[in-house]
Amino acid sequence: MAIQSSFKNMVLCLFSVCLICSALLAVVYAVTKEPIEIATQNKTTNSIAAVVPAFDGVPVKDSITVSDKQYMYYVVSKDGKPVGYAIESSAVGFSGPVNVMVGMTAEGVVYNTKVLSQSETPGLGAKCVKPQFADQFKEFDPAVKTLKVEKDGGDITAITASTITSRAFCVAVQTAVDVYKAISENVQSK
Amino acid sequence: MGKFQLITKGLVKENPTFVLLLGMCPTLATTTSAINGMSMGLATLFVLVLSNMAIAAVAKVIPDKVRIPAYIVIIATFVTVLQFLMQAFTPAIYETLGLFIPLIVVNCIVLGRAEAFANKNTVMDSACDGLGIGLGFTMSLTILGLVREILGSGSIFDWKFIPDDSDGILAFVLAPGAFMVLAYLIVLFKKVTAKKGE
Amino acid sequence: MEYIFIIISAIFVNNILLSQFMGICPFLGVSNKLSTATGMSAAVCFVITLSTVVTYLLQYYVLVPLGIEFMQTISFILVIAALVQMVEIILKKVSPALYQALGIFLPLITTNCAVLGVALMVVTKEFSYMGGEPHMFNLGESTVFAFATSLGFGLAMILFAGLREQLALNSVPKPFKGIPIALITASILAMAFTGFSGLV
Repeated sequence: MAIQSSFKNMVLCLFSVCLICSALLAVVYAVTKEPIEIATQNKTTNSIAAVVPAFDGVPVKDSITVSDKQYMYYVVSKDGKPVGYAIESSAVGFSGPVNVMVGMTAEGVVYNTKVLSQSETPGLGAKCVKPQFADQFKEFDPAVKTLKVEKDGGDITAITASTITSRAFCVAVQTAVDVYKAISENVQSK
Repeated sequence: MGKFQLITKGLVKENPTFVLLLGMCPTLATTTSAINGMSMGLATLFVLVLSNMAIAAVAKVIPDKVRIPAYIVIIATFVTVLQFLMQAFTPAIYETLGLFIPLIVVNCIVLGRAEAFANKNTVMDSACDGLGIGLGFTMSLTILGLVREILGSGSIFDWKFIPDDSDGILAFVLAPGAFMVLAYLIVLFKKVTAKKGE
Repeated sequence: MEYIFIIISAIFVNNILLSQFMGICPFLGVSNKLSTATGMSAAVCFVITLSTVVTYLLQYYVLVPLGIEFMQTISFILVIAALVQMVEIILKKVSPALYQALGIFLPLITTNCAVLGVALMVVTKEFSYMGGEPHMFNLGESTVFAFATSLGFGLAMILFAGLREQLALNSVPKPFKGIPIALITASILAMAFTGFSGLV
């Protein structure tokens, strides 16, 4: 059985257990730090690649402030010319923020979208990641069509029984379109 | 008891979910699909085996009065190690299970096995015990997740057997279904094992 | 205004027991009698609020400045365990009557995952209410959130204990006796709480 407890050995024992454990953790932390960074980076790169046209090289990270809010975006280029922008955008849905990566072509058309994170109701709002809904935003030209659900006089068919999520998705994409406009104005003025 | 019996007893006789009714929080929260349930089970298995071994190895030199805090520190260390490994190599699963990975620290199964088994047995026996209980937990969570996935989203391990645009019975993916399915599975498990015992 | 949303959301919409599944062990374990359920809820309320404040300060004034966030889980659980011990000792000295009422529940709270869950939630998750910007909680919001969450815990716990007291008077099929029928009761209670979703 365990040895007799005395104040001295109790303190000593707890102290050494804590010391060994934190040393072990520090080692594991140092070892896994790089793979974790690579994994997060891969995730971003993959979601960028999914929403913009074919490109070469590495996406260039940048940020812009539109109506007092900062947005992160990535520029991708082919043969030295920018061909698309991947913009991180978000809106509040039914049970929390819906974060969307929106890809815009250089012509100002939505190329594709990808949900980065959401916490909507499974089976209802969570369907916003499904192609039946999300594919409506593929090749969406905001100059021709309206980025609103049909109920609000737009061109997007809402998910059945999840109008709030569908609206949030539209708002997120609309925000990205506005951010794109600000980016292209910046580029022209330079 | 042989090593093999140590492993198998966790599956049926001392099944942590259906018989001992331990670790209910992750059992209910992470079993929205079979895959999620299985990942949670395997994550717990990892911590259980390592913490059981470590505690069996150091139990003799830890004074009786401070053993619980010492065990908690050891368990928390392995949980954090698991957190880093999952973040690095299986980030998608880590995101789905979310907060319930760090919460393995307070899973009563892990501390329970440390107290009831690991601190009085050898390192090898404790590893087997952890493996058995962990496998039992994984099995129960997978079954629970499978039933909820079949009823709730009409799919088996993400393979959908109902038309794409139709839904399952939504309530089974949400909170009420978790309690309901677990209740019926416990009753079923009791019935089946009771017959075997006769 | 934001505080009101936090309170309503934590008590009803995202009830810690019935929609987040944290703290299920005491929920099933000590809900046989209304009086013990009330005692447990009070003890949990006290510990959750106190430990969230302490771990919040620990996170932002010790772990982050030192760059050792990887010690988060380990240090939080140690703080909670120490706090529970301390509360027990202080209660024994200061108010023996309260200690008599809560005493037996206190050691159980260390392994109640709702306590660690709330402490981790306020430092890792972004919250947003009524279309507001998602943001990390500050100290005041965290405290209110922790307190409201524990009120939600108490509400579900006391409702459930009341139901189980009534249930004990009915005849239940033999295999369902004990935990299974309690789980089915919890299921119906959770169903009622899903009605609150989308409120905030």
